[in-house]
Amino acid sequence: MKIGIPKEIRPGEKRVAGSPKLVTKLIDLGFDVDVETLAGDHANVSDQDWIDAGAQIANDAATLWQQSDIIIKVNPPDANEASQLTQGKTLVSFFWPAQDEALLQSIAGQGANVLSMNCVPRISRAQKLDALSSMANIAGYRAVIEAGNNFGHFFTGQITAAGKVPPAKVLVIGAGVAGLSAIGTASSLGAIVRAFDTRPEVADQVKSMGGEFIYPDIEEDGSGEGGYAKVMSKAFIEAEMALFAEQAKEIDIIITTALIPGKPAPKLITAEMVQSMKAGSVVVDLASEQGGNCELTEPGQLIKKHGVTLIGYTDLPSRMSGQSSELYANNIGHLFDELCPDKTGTIDLNFDDEVIRGTTVIKEGEITWPAPPPKLSAAPPAQKKEEPAPAVAEPTQPKKGWDSLIGLAIVAALIVGVGSVAPKDFMGHFTVFVLACFVGWQVIWNVSAALHTPLMSVTNAISSIIILGAVLQVGNSSHIITVLAAIAILITTINIVGGFLVTHRMLDMFRKD
Amino acid sequence: MNEGIITACYILASILFILSLGGLSDQEKARRGNLYGVIGMILAVGATLFAASVGNYSLIIVMMIIGSIIGALLAARVKMTAMPELVAMLHSFVGLAAVLVGFATFLDTSHPLTGADQTIHDVEIFLGILIGAVTFTGSVVAFGKLSGKIGGRPLTLPGRHILNLLILFACIYLGYNFVQTGSLTALAIMTVLALVFGIHMVAAIGGADMPVVISMLNSYSGWAAAATGFMLSNDLLIVTGALVGSSGAILSIIMCRAMNRKFVSVILGGFGTKKSTSSAGNSEDQGEAVAITSSETADLLKNSTSLVIVPGYGMAVAQAQQSVAGMSQKLRDQGIDVRFAIHPVAGRMPGHMNVLLAEAKLPYDIVLEMDEINDDFPETDVVMVIGANDIVNPSAEDEPDSPIAGMPVLQVWNAQHVIVLKRSMATGYAGVENPLFFKDNTRMLFGDAKASIDDVVSGL
Repeated sequence: MKIGIPKEIRPGEKRVAGSPKLVTKLIDLGFDVDVETLAGDHANVSDQDWIDAGAQIANDAATLWQQSDIIIKVNPPDANEASQLTQGKTLVSFFWPAQDEALLQSIAGQGANVLSMNCVPRISRAQKLDALSSMANIAGYRAVIEAGNNFGHFFTGQITAAGKVPPAKVLVIGAGVAGLSAIGTASSLGAIVRAFDTRPEVADQVKSMGGEFIYPDIEEDGSGEGGYAKVMSKAFIEAEMALFAEQAKEIDIIITTALIPGKPAPKLITAEMVQSMKAGSVVVDLASEQGGNCELTEPGQLIKKHGVTLIGYTDLPSRMSGQSSELYANNIGHLFDELCPDKTGTIDLNFDDEVIRGTTVIKEGEITWPAPPPKLSAAPPAQKKEEPAPAVAEPTQPKKGWDSLIGLAIVAALIVGVGSVAPKDFMGHFTVFVLACFVGWQVIWNVSAALHTPLMSVTNAISSIIILGAVLQVGNSSHIITVLAAIAILITTINIVGGFLVTHRMLDMFRKD
Repeated sequence: MNEGIITACYILASILFILSLGGLSDQEKARRGNLYGVIGMILAVGATLFAASVGNYSLIIVMMIIGSIIGALLAARVKMTAMPELVAMLHSFVGLAAVLVGFATFLDTSHPLTGADQTIHDVEIFLGILIGAVTFTGSVVAFGKLSGKIGGRPLTLPGRHILNLLILFACIYLGYNFVQTGSLTALAIMTVLALVFGIHMVAAIGGADMPVVISMLNSYSGWAAAATGFMLSNDLLIVTGALVGSSGAILSIIMCRAMNRKFVSVILGGFGTKKSTSSAGNSEDQGEAVAITSSETADLLKNSTSLVIVPGYGMAVAQAQQSVAGMSQKLRDQGIDVRFAIHPVAGRMPGHMNVLLAEAKLPYDIVLEMDEINDDFPETDVVMVIGANDIVNPSAEDEPDSPIAGMPVLQVWNAQHVIVLKRSMATGYAGVENPLFFKDNTRMLFGDAKASIDDVVSGL
């Protein structure tokens, strides 16, 4: 099948839905790949790069759309693009079925397939094709860079000859993928980072990225389905707002990433809070496309109010088109691994596969969205493993005791049995033998596990004490006995010398720091 | 020399041997322990040479000089990765010596015995040769398997248990016959049967069970020496044989516990031949393994604070221990906490990995045992698994019907990141799929372990 990667047509979009690495991979899977000319222009991928990776260049969008069986895009199609999705064609892109129902209906009417990169189910196995996370990660990083660009001070505290500089204080609201990325970026630049999230269980993740987790003094868990947040109670929101108002007075940079699926973004930073911030402070609102977490930000704009810079860019991933195209292409590549497991160059919308089922919003003209919820959440149930262990351990306990008792009885019976028939002389040797076994037993258990190999080589050497027998026999008048004994002396000497020397060599190697 | 002085020397030698083994309880005392062993051996052999009945000194000295040269060369030349082979070969010598001394004793008719003494003496000869012969051929086959001269797959003849039983019964009958008649033929037939049995027993045991086999043969070589001691009425041989015998037995027990296997089932062999039934049922949620490049690995290591390296037989095969040591030294210089986790059955003989790491000059205080480190994995940033498979397989804990269920394993999957160095996706010796490779925090670094590590080091 032929895959086409068109140039993105949305104004200001710099990303492209592929990379030369993806092209190579798709060709490996058995597909042909066409790329529209100049598609990667803004992501620093030239037409020659595509050709080198094995793709063909299509001269205009119309040809590409017409020739391709599968179209890979970043943004959802516009009306014109959608009209070219005829029967049997498949579209893979970001696609918001809930927000744009008309588009969904019209494509379904044409009998095409649509796979939405933002409908990938939130299960562990699908993480590698979760493009939303990839983009959120980039947005969080870029938010800190944009903030730094508009913030007139260092992030890191310094003591210089000219005087002391305090570190910048950054508040990150919402510790999802974007928030965590922002926390990590800001703290690695040296800022003091505080972070808030309605879900208290993310506290550890915040700490692991170098941030300090702050939480109002009120009990309520904000975890919703699939790892997203849910709407909180009124009392909680009031406590939370009070916390922000208090923080705003000393914070230099606020980065908000709070989103609730299917709802407008909650208003968390009020005009008064912005007013209370120091002049020169920066607010970056990553939720501005969904209405914004800050009352004053304007989507897509950078504005200044009350001396505070308010950044409402909605295209942060696109501002890092090289990185975001590369990660998006990787996500697409992982999706095609699922779609084409046998490397046949065709895709199979196998609805038994939970990942493909969730991602597919239209299959052969039939709307299959929304998919049934995934069976397991990202966090596996933890307590299950513990239970069987004690149940198994208990019955073996008494059995072990019996085992050793029975063993002891058998040994005792054997010794008595031997004693009843054997002559006195033999019993003397037998005593030595049994005692030596016990001494060996006690001594060897103390040998350190690290020295088991030297133990074997040294026991090897000393078990060649058999040489004594051979030495005593070699002077015998019988030639056969002499020969046998001579050979025995030879090989046991090899063993003794070899065993001790190799042990010495090994033990010499063990050293302490 | 006076008989009493010789016996006194033997007593001293026994004490020195016990001290020698006891010295191995820690690395500091171990070197002195080896020295005790050497002194004990010199005392024992020296005293024996002065015994009244010894003659033909020139032959003894020639044989000892040749033997010493060969032994010294072997010890100096052997690669640490080839230690299991050397140990197996040396075991076979003990077994062969026991057989030779046994036959020599039988042929020596200068001390006529009567009644119960004669019977006991015959039984001793019979047992000494039997154990010696099994040890001999068993060790030769183990040597062949370990050095790759014979395939590692277990040989499973149809009706092999019955075959073994037949040999056992035949040996019992021949033993009865030998004690009654003192016939050389019975003794010779038994020897041949025992040699065959030794081959068959070890050939039926799979490569992963080699640590048990080596320890078991170690034990046998001890029992062979003890039986020879009874045969010659020599207490020093009895003591030494018993020490070595119990040492090998303990090692076998430790190895079996580490694999959660019954000693008997290891001996009966055939492990790794039955296909795992559980792997088919789980294939759907295993997903796929994600590869990683050496440069990405280097970046990951640079940004971590703690690393645990889990070496396995694959590290020995690739001769990667020097590279691994170089890498860990480099990381330790950068302030990263590097430690090693050793599973009891990693490698092909007990303690194999420790010796390899020691050879590469890694300090032994950062090389830890399974029980010491298993609880630390959740706080570990990165785990590198180098050429190990079954010993890090989570299905030993999660899947009750897995062939390795219940075997204690290193819980590496609890760490933040796991990097598995492996040549391909093939299963380990146990033939069991490893779900570790498909975990979300696992990345596969494919290729020869030594080459991969060298690449990672150059990226650091």
